[in-house]
Amino acid sequence: MIVHAEPVMGTVFSFHLADRDGGSQALRDALSLLHEVDERFSPYLPASEVSRLADGRLAETNVHPDVREVLALVDHAAMDSDGAFDARRWRADGRFDPSGLVKGWAVERAARKISSVVDAFAIDAGGDVVATTGPSRPKPWRIGVRHPDRPDRVAAVLQIDGGAVATSAAYERGAHILDPRDGRVPSDVRSMTVVGPDMTWADTFATAAYVMGRDGLVWVAEHPGYDALAITWDDALMWTQGMDSYLLR
Amino acid sequence: MIPKRAVGALLSTVLGLVLLLSFKTPEASGVASSSRTNRAVVDQPAGAATKSGTTSKSGSTTQSGGTSNAATGAQADSGYADGTFTGQDVSMRYGDVQVQVTVSGGAVTDVTALQLPDGDGHSARISSIVEPMLRSEALQAQSASIDLVSGATYTSGAYQQSLQSALDAAGR
Repeated sequence: MIVHAEPVMGTVFSFHLADRDGGSQALRDALSLLHEVDERFSPYLPASEVSRLADGRLAETNVHPDVREVLALVDHAAMDSDGAFDARRWRADGRFDPSGLVKGWAVERAARKISSVVDAFAIDAGGDVVATTGPSRPKPWRIGVRHPDRPDRVAAVLQIDGGAVATSAAYERGAHILDPRDGRVPSDVRSMTVVGPDMTWADTFATAAYVMGRDGLVWVAEHPGYDALAITWDDALMWTQGMDSYLLR
Repeated sequence: MIPKRAVGALLSTVLGLVLLLSFKTPEASGVASSSRTNRAVVDQPAGAATKSGTTSKSGSTTQSGGTSNAATGAQADSGYADGTFTGQDVSMRYGDVQVQVTVSGGAVTDVTALQLPDGDGHSARISSIVEPMLRSEALQAQSASIDLVSGATYTSGAYQQSLQSALDAAGR
């Protein structure tokens, strides 16, 4: 097993790859892709395209094709979620910030790079996990859902053969996610975890559903292949029906 | 302890039902029998009494005793009474949901949706509700076999203190 932890995009990405020829090179390729995405999309780097877009120093018509793709995706997500996810409105300062979608999108791309070389691997992108199984590791990955009070404990365990698991919560960095619709701090659930085939949407749905609260469970389940699990302020777990097949009992 | 929020009153009754059954509370010996759920409790063991629950004739249960912190809660398998428990209707965005929980051998063995919203495409996949967070006590014992953790680690500083960093270190 190749294990590597890489600080990038403001957090740490963990890579667990089956030990296959070309694995180290695939890992390096994935890492350079992530750093390239970070430079282009970081809202903290003044020279990034996203910063220049937010400042009005760059027109939407002049952006890199990757940025154009992400702009289309964030607009789609805003429409799909009735504004519960909105890259143009969720921040207190009102700046355009697509971070809520970019990380998942980047992880998905990194995963595709690795999957062309390594049959079984998992990436944990600051709590958002993509995992696949294959002949070199047939058993499902066991992914813990973090306990909201305790970083060293889990509140549930999901078994994943192939797919994405994303969690949105406010137990770190305070209440950094605001409801774009009214500017308030979401208060219905403590964390929202989404499982599905594609990390771009698992991550985005987790953010939107966290904002929606318990109704977000139902909203996520409207998307074929996606399921959700919430931890409520009553310290209960709630999940959609399809999540049963992942939950370890 | 996090203050209980006034969220979705109807929904919290169902949550309360399961939570209430799940907590073994040291102070619970003084709880009057009237606080039991009226149709749900079968051979409730001593020490697994309800926690400040109240009951109505319709079988609904409200949780007035506050929530329990999962990190300090009782063992997951010690607080359940065997039987089948039915929650009150819960209004969600797309309609009403009602669940039934089956407890056997001290553990939740089944959660069934008795009533689901119908009439549109939303309904088929909606369902399932509630299990107490006390699961974490038992799950902690399994953490040695967890590969990765999902949980909103937004900063590299948070990573350093996370279970994920320990798992990474163990894998190297």
